[in-house]
Order: sequence, then C-alpha cells, then structure tokens
Amino acid sequence: MNQCFQIQVNGESRESRAGTTVADLLRDLDIKPDRVAVEVNLEIVDKGVFAQRSLQEGDRIEIISFIGGGR
Amino acid sequence: MEFTDAQVQRYSRHIILSDVGGKGQKKLARAKVLVIGAGGLGSPAALYLAAAGVGTIGLVDGDVVDLSNLQRQILHTTATLGQPKVESGKKMLASLNPDITIKTYQENVSADNIMGLLHDYDIILDGSDNFSTRFLVNDACFFAKKTLVSGSIFRFEGQLTTIKPHEGHPCYRCLYPEPPPAGLVPNCQEAGVLGVLAGTIGVLQASEAIKEILGIGEALADRLLLYDALEMKFRKLGRPKDPDCRLCGPNPTITNLLSDYTVSCSL
Repeated sequence: MNQCFQIQVNGESRESRAGTTVADLLRDLDIKPDRVAVEVNLEIVDKGVFAQRSLQEGDRIEIISFIGGGR
Repeated sequence: MEFTDAQVQRYSRHIILSDVGGKGQKKLARAKVLVIGAGGLGSPAALYLAAAGVGTIGLVDGDVVDLSNLQRQILHTTATLGQPKVESGKKMLASLNPDITIKTYQENVSADNIMGLLHDYDIILDGSDNFSTRFLVNDACFFAKKTLVSGSIFRFEGQLTTIKPHEGHPCYRCLYPEPPPAGLVPNCQEAGVLGVLAGTIGVLQASEAIKEILGIGEALADRLLLYDALEMKFRKLGRPKDPDCRLCGPNPTITNLLSDYTVSCSL
C-alpha cells in the first residue's frame, strides 16, 4: 500500500507518495529537468541524482526556472 | 569633495535620510558602477543610478537602438533609433544628471575584454540577455572580487540576486552550476517579455547597488527574489552556497575564465 504524505512545492502543499523522487515530481508537474534548478530543504539537488533523490514527509521543494533575459 | 548648492538641492531628499546623509551622498558620488547591457534592465537601472548621483556609470553594449527595443528600453527614444545604444544611453543619462561621468563601451562582453572592463568599477549590474554572458560575468566577477547584482526577465517573470562570493556568499554557479543546453530556454526575442517587467527588475537592481554602495540594509546575497507579474507575487528563496561549487567551492575546477562560454549562444 502506498503511503502518502505532505510536501511543499514552491510554497504550496502537495501530496506525495513514499518513494517519489525529484525526477518523478518534475514529471508529474510536466517540467523538463534541464530547464530548472531544484532545491530541497535549502539544498540544491545535483541534476545527476534527480532520479535517486527520494522525497520525505515535510520536504520543502523549490523549482527554480532558468531565466536569462535582460535586453 | 564638497557639493555645490545646486547639488545639495538636487540630492536633498537623499541627504535628509538618516541612512544616507551628506556622507552617503558622497559615497554615491565616488562610486563606479558598470552596467552590462544598455537594454531592458540596464535602462531603468542606469537612469536611477544617474539620478541618485552615482559618480561614474559605465555602459557596455555592442548593439544599436532598434524600434522593437522601445517597448521597454527607456534609455532610448524614437529620435535615437539606429544609434549605438551606449551613445543613446549616454545622452539620456547626461541630460538627467550632468554632474556624473558616463563611460561607454560599444562592444559585447567576451572572455577577452571582461576583466579589463570590470577593473575600474566597484559594482557590476548584469542586464545581459543570454546565459553565456551571465556565466562569463559571474566567473569574471568572482576572479576580480567584484559584487555583482544579477537581474533577469522572461515573459512575465523576473529574478534578482546579489552575488558576492568574495564575502563568503554564494555565486551564480551555486544555484545554476551550468548553462542550460543550447536552445532549450528561449530568449526575450523568441518568447516575448512584458516591457514594464524590465523596469520592475532593473529598478530593484539599482536599489541593491545603491544599498551596497551605502553599506545599508540587507543585501539579497543569500537569497533569490522571484517575481511573477501576472500573480503580483514576490517570493524570496534561500540561495545556499554549494559546498561542491566548481567555481567558489573549496576544490574548484574552474580556476580561470573558460576559453569558451558560447555553449548557449544559440539562445
């Protein structure tokens, strides 16, 4: 049976299942991993381990888009 | 250095602020700020820095004024279409405040010229429009130990952060270790940008620069400000130092400017 818990994504509560990884979350949100930096509990997660990093109850996740425009 | 009566009057609303005063206004007069990109962000930033009496403002831009710029690049006018942006910008800034020195560099920043450009300035404002320049400017400011105020805009969203790893704070690469793959993230030209958004973020860059010069308030050095114009939402995120940062970490693999920053130039 899947155990559910709450996480915070960009400041908003969201339900997550045990075993969900950063890569799964991005897929659920339809976000391409190459376009963002991901912070979990104030630590930047290396892109290389998105598929290994499991989310835990209460995790605060920030998904930050690359923005480079200026002119 | 003493202010003339006209200068005292011009800066009177600063001088009566207890955190600025005559002393702070003199700090502004002695300050040198380099604005990279005389465009959407650079325009409002440079205008407010000039109005505030920042003594030396450098403008770096290799482009000429195009009609499609005028929706947001308020340093330029219909009358200066076709002129180099740095010249058009200099005219505007000089007409706003004839007391200050405006230096122009009609070139794009590159690994060859960046260290020379930064050399004479205290604070750098990045208002460039592509990731290769942003990574180049970050790395160069790190090596030159210059404070960098980075702003960026895209469609209806903006980001702002102050970067000073030489004072123990994180660098740009702590947040974004590498540029995104070429072509993955569209630029303003391809994706569009709300004109006034450039004003919002550019003016906040000027505000951060002035706080740095005056040594007042709380710098946005460990945080990233995200602004969503559609939702009218500002959010501040913690922006931690990456202990394994390739540039400012204890075991750096980037120890000089890279020979090639053009990886994302097709943006």
